[in-house]
Amino acid sequence: MQVSRQQPRTLKHRLWVAFLVVPPIVFMSLFVVYPILSAFAYAFYDWQGLARGEFVGLRNFKEVLFGATMAPVVWNAFLHNVYALIALMIIQNGGGFFLAWLLYKEPFGFRFHRVAIFVPVVLSTIIVGFLWKLFLNPNFGIINQALYSLGLDSWAKPWLGDSSTALGALILANAWHFVGFPALVYLAGMQRIPPDVIEAARLDGTNEWQLLKNIVWPLVAPSTTILFTLLFIGAFNWFEIPYVMVGLDGSPFGSTDVLGLVFYRTAFGNQSASVQNFGMGSALATLLFLFIVVFASMLTLWLRRREIQF
Amino acid sequence: MKLTRRILMGAAAGSFLLSGTAAMAQTELTFWSWRQEDKAFYQDIIKKFQAKEPGITVKFETYAPENYQTILSTALAAGRGPDVIQVRAYGNLESIATPGYLLALDKQNVPELANFPEPALAAETLRSDGKVYAVPFAMQAQLVVYNKKIFKDNGLNPPKTWDELMALAKALKAKNINPFSNGTATAWQNETIVGGLLSSMLGKEFEADIVSGKANFTDPRFVNALAKLKDISQYFAPNFTGVDYPSSQQLFVAGRAAMFAGGSYEVANFKNQNPTLDLGVFPAPVLKEGDQALIATYYDGGYAVNAKTDKKDAALKFVRFLATPEYGTAFTNTLKNLSPIKGIKIEDSITQDVAKLAENSMSYLMLVRFRYQEPSGSVLLQSNVQKMLAGQQTPEQAAAEINKGIATYYKPFQK
Repeated sequence: MQVSRQQPRTLKHRLWVAFLVVPPIVFMSLFVVYPILSAFAYAFYDWQGLARGEFVGLRNFKEVLFGATMAPVVWNAFLHNVYALIALMIIQNGGGFFLAWLLYKEPFGFRFHRVAIFVPVVLSTIIVGFLWKLFLNPNFGIINQALYSLGLDSWAKPWLGDSSTALGALILANAWHFVGFPALVYLAGMQRIPPDVIEAARLDGTNEWQLLKNIVWPLVAPSTTILFTLLFIGAFNWFEIPYVMVGLDGSPFGSTDVLGLVFYRTAFGNQSASVQNFGMGSALATLLFLFIVVFASMLTLWLRRREIQF
Repeated sequence: MKLTRRILMGAAAGSFLLSGTAAMAQTELTFWSWRQEDKAFYQDIIKKFQAKEPGITVKFETYAPENYQTILSTALAAGRGPDVIQVRAYGNLESIATPGYLLALDKQNVPELANFPEPALAAETLRSDGKVYAVPFAMQAQLVVYNKKIFKDNGLNPPKTWDELMALAKALKAKNINPFSNGTATAWQNETIVGGLLSSMLGKEFEADIVSGKANFTDPRFVNALAKLKDISQYFAPNFTGVDYPSSQQLFVAGRAAMFAGGSYEVANFKNQNPTLDLGVFPAPVLKEGDQALIATYYDGGYAVNAKTDKKDAALKFVRFLATPEYGTAFTNTLKNLSPIKGIKIEDSITQDVAKLAENSMSYLMLVRFRYQEPSGSVLLQSNVQKMLAGQQTPEQAAAEINKGIATYYKPFQK
């Protein structure tokens, strides 16, 4: 089907455009826009289970942000999301960058390593969570076993049961799971850099660190924009790894609690401990959504500015 | 000739009548449950029910436990849902009974309610209107399950007092045997451990005082019991703060620990996984000789009728059947879970023991009394005991935190 530039507004053309545009708009409205708007509306009501009660205005929002019961839980979880964001930014995205640089230089067996680094990304998060839970088991997990066999008995810990190590363990498991993704994106970004730029820098006698810092890092800025924004969104929506490895409660005693877990517990209830409050859950989800949209947009705009055209 | 004609006509009329009743008989009930693993049992029960009520057929459908409440309340909110519903108890019951989704049951429409003890009915009663909304199906208890073989091999008997328990645990540990397989990494384990080990030290009187507001959770009885728990935790699984619920079950099933503080529902599960296990149960040890030994009991849930069903009579007939001692006996003996129905005949010896111990019991306190509002007593108890056992707060601090949380909504504590 060809539409010439001279007569773009024929009925046929319009129908064709409508045919292409309408299905995705309907789909998006039905499965994305409508649920978001209805969650927003739900947040203004009192709920008895899933039966809607009376309109309560901003009460649910106030409870979530300032209420004596809910607010300490929410802010504690928020702080853990921030920790996760910072730590993953360094370990996952930073690690990904250096792995990409190593692969870029095509060392012996780089094709194998390129695949090996990406394989965990393909695995289901549930599998990765259970795997790491087994690794970290205090009595028969391979991590403590390895420490015992090296004679480092005092380093062995009940990793997921110790409030000082549990969150770190989750972050490491997550980084192991996803480090292949930033590595691959950065590798693609590096391969887009014209080789003569790097060659010229080398001829000028830069060392490895200067090359990375002054040439490669600025030139992979578009990759950085994508990866930082995605990580920001991922870190605040973090749910699967904590859910699989420590359960809905953010065990032990809230030291691994994140907003995703708080939302689930509040909206749907935790069978073995708490009651559900759908209104408050919706309020939390709405706030989280607004927070992510606003900050992710700001972050993207800021990161875009440092991208260089070449 | 005439006679044959009459016979033929009679036969025709008869068959017409028969087919008429058969057509009328097709009342099909749907029955929802989260107990996929009990499907065979329920199919069997439905057959027995149909033998009595040939007019009614029952379709049994199950959903995954973690999604059940959500699927059920969505269906009910949309004005649909099954005719007969397996529901949970206490706070979870309220979330579907309060909006009026369930039919209120009384001695008129279900005379068999007389077969149940008062606390069982209380578990399925809405606090706001005092009406019963479901026929209870199982009583659970928190107590101590022990490995009889390990006890016998080491010349030990179930302890009566707390000091005996401490001495016994010490003796086992000296022989390199794990006294308890319990861990604390899964939050709700902590609540089961408290119920299984501390009930006798808390006592019925403490529960009554909490309910009346004469005492709160900073009471010395509660604080001292928590201190004893901290004491015994040195005999839990190695690295117990990192041992989650499945690992602690496995440790016990493998015969690598002598005791498991937890639910009576685990006995059948343990035996299924390792039929060679010889198990026994004992109640929480008492502080001093002569005190009453208690287990902590609660009710799992019940069978309710959808308020909007157009097959109310048939649904009530089925629910009444699920309230008979005949059903209770089958339930108890097949599923090895204790039915609360009076006058059942129990075959299994451990279930008999649990039933006998249940004669002296207190409530599984936080679930029965404080799981209606946030922060629920369960949330508070689980995280604060977990923190205390990790050595990050004292029993006094744990008790104070629990009390503070409950006092935000519990009137008797606000005086």
